[in-house]
Amino acid sequence: MDLFDLLLEPLSYDFMVRAIVTTALAAIVCAVLSCWLVLIGWSLMGDAVSHAVLPGVVLAYIVGAPFALGALVFALIAVTLIGVVRNTSRVKEDAAIGIVFTSLFALGLVLISVTPSQTDLNHIIFGNLLGVSVPDLIQVLVLGVVAFAILILKRRDLTLYAFDPTHAHAIGLSPKRLGALLLGLLALTSVVALQTVGVVLVVAMLIIPGATAYLLTDRFSRMLVIAPVISAVCSIAGIYLSYYLDTASGAMVVLTQGAAFAVVYLFSPRQGLIGTRLAMARRRKVAALAA
Amino acid sequence: MSNPAILVDHVTVHYGEVLALDAASLSVDAARICGLVGMNGSGKSTLFKAIMGMVKPDAGRVLINGEPPAKARKSGGIGYVPQSEDVDWQFPLSVRDVVMMGRYGHQGFTRRSSKADRDAVDLALDRVELSEFANRQIGQLSGGQKKRAFVARGIAQGATIMLLDEPFAGVDKRSEATITRLLKELAADGCTILISTHDLHALPQLCDEAVLLMRKVLMHGPPEVVLQPEHLAKAFGLDVLNRELPGPDRDLPARGVSNQPGRN
Repeated sequence: MDLFDLLLEPLSYDFMVRAIVTTALAAIVCAVLSCWLVLIGWSLMGDAVSHAVLPGVVLAYIVGAPFALGALVFALIAVTLIGVVRNTSRVKEDAAIGIVFTSLFALGLVLISVTPSQTDLNHIIFGNLLGVSVPDLIQVLVLGVVAFAILILKRRDLTLYAFDPTHAHAIGLSPKRLGALLLGLLALTSVVALQTVGVVLVVAMLIIPGATAYLLTDRFSRMLVIAPVISAVCSIAGIYLSYYLDTASGAMVVLTQGAAFAVVYLFSPRQGLIGTRLAMARRRKVAALAA
Repeated sequence: MSNPAILVDHVTVHYGEVLALDAASLSVDAARICGLVGMNGSGKSTLFKAIMGMVKPDAGRVLINGEPPAKARKSGGIGYVPQSEDVDWQFPLSVRDVVMMGRYGHQGFTRRSSKADRDAVDLALDRVELSEFANRQIGQLSGGQKKRAFVARGIAQGATIMLLDEPFAGVDKRSEATITRLLKELAADGCTILISTHDLHALPQLCDEAVLLMRKVLMHGPPEVVLQPEHLAKAFGLDVLNRELPGPDRDLPARGVSNQPGRN
């Protein structure tokens, strides 16, 4: 069996095709968003919001509303609660985030435990990549495309917000509204990624690609290309690995992304731990030869 | 009579319980360079924020060219040069990217840059003598170049009022002279410039006027008058010391060691 067959064989199953399409899409949207999250320092916020949407998703399931709606509402509740706890008590922000998101996540777990038809909902926690149904796929497709389009159309404003909100205000934009937009997109993207890797691991897809790309370039516009490419490649590679190694698919996707980060962290020519030293040694050699 | 470029009229700002500005009033005419002097916590940053409309005054009002700040912001009239420590210098943006952000107010929904925008950015970069560094990542500039990059952003924006927060912090002497010359040229073109600083020696060469701030405006006049030691003492809180000198010396002019013990 050659490489070609290795790549093609899983595609003969419909569920594998759906898994690959959903994951690639979620990976791309998450990766684009992660570029801003990493630079603003919102990684913990990404963690919080992606966990805190759980009760919203469960409630939406119970009343038969779209998952995205429930997720958005609870993302909003989480952010508001974090702000309230931080501003009206002596508790610092990281603690406020920790308190709010774990409590909401626990609320979600409790709601799942009292809701009949548990199997469906348990998939939200760890993802159910191989069980993506056609309606799931359509939902992810629609939400993902919407989130992606908004992120790309408003990318310059969001970057300005991340870099210098005061200037954004000074030229008549609203930093508050841009921040809210980014949080809303974070909630939306969380829902997209829930299907694939699950609530617990969404945060990996929301941080690792942006952080990896940040180590590879000094231009934000290039980060916006590098991050989704790495993320999509890693995710698909993760699915293939999980297929052939017979391991948990969502976790395999995240593990592949983590491995890619480790490689870049060590060998990036600009920032890498070993890469910068190699580049320096090469320069020295060239200089020695020239002398 | 035309309106002052910046009018701050009895502006009071609280942060919770803390009084940051106490009925501060200030009027700066167009094309003037005004230095804002005060120690940390004297309300310099708050005054900037009030002028930009980032904090709502509890009392009083701010007018920019006779109009509310919101209108001045929309027309791109207010340029801002942040303090060094407020900027993430690792941010993956080139000098050109940062200067282009000055044009966003003039652009459409997605901030696509037109030929006019790119020309304005080139012109601004040329003006601050950073053309050759346009493609550098912003953190790879010297202290003075970093400041000039942000001034270029204000120029590209077409700002008629420029607010600079501690522009001389972390800047060497030669860059300081370059920035001073640049700001004077801008003022000559009609730009009104407000500079907050606690670096006093640069002020007389640069500013047309100076303001002493200690939650309220203590003094506003020519820099050589405002910067006299007895006036500075007021802004930097040294008069408190003098008032605490023992009895009979209280009415004497404060002159260092006049309160020798055993004088009574």
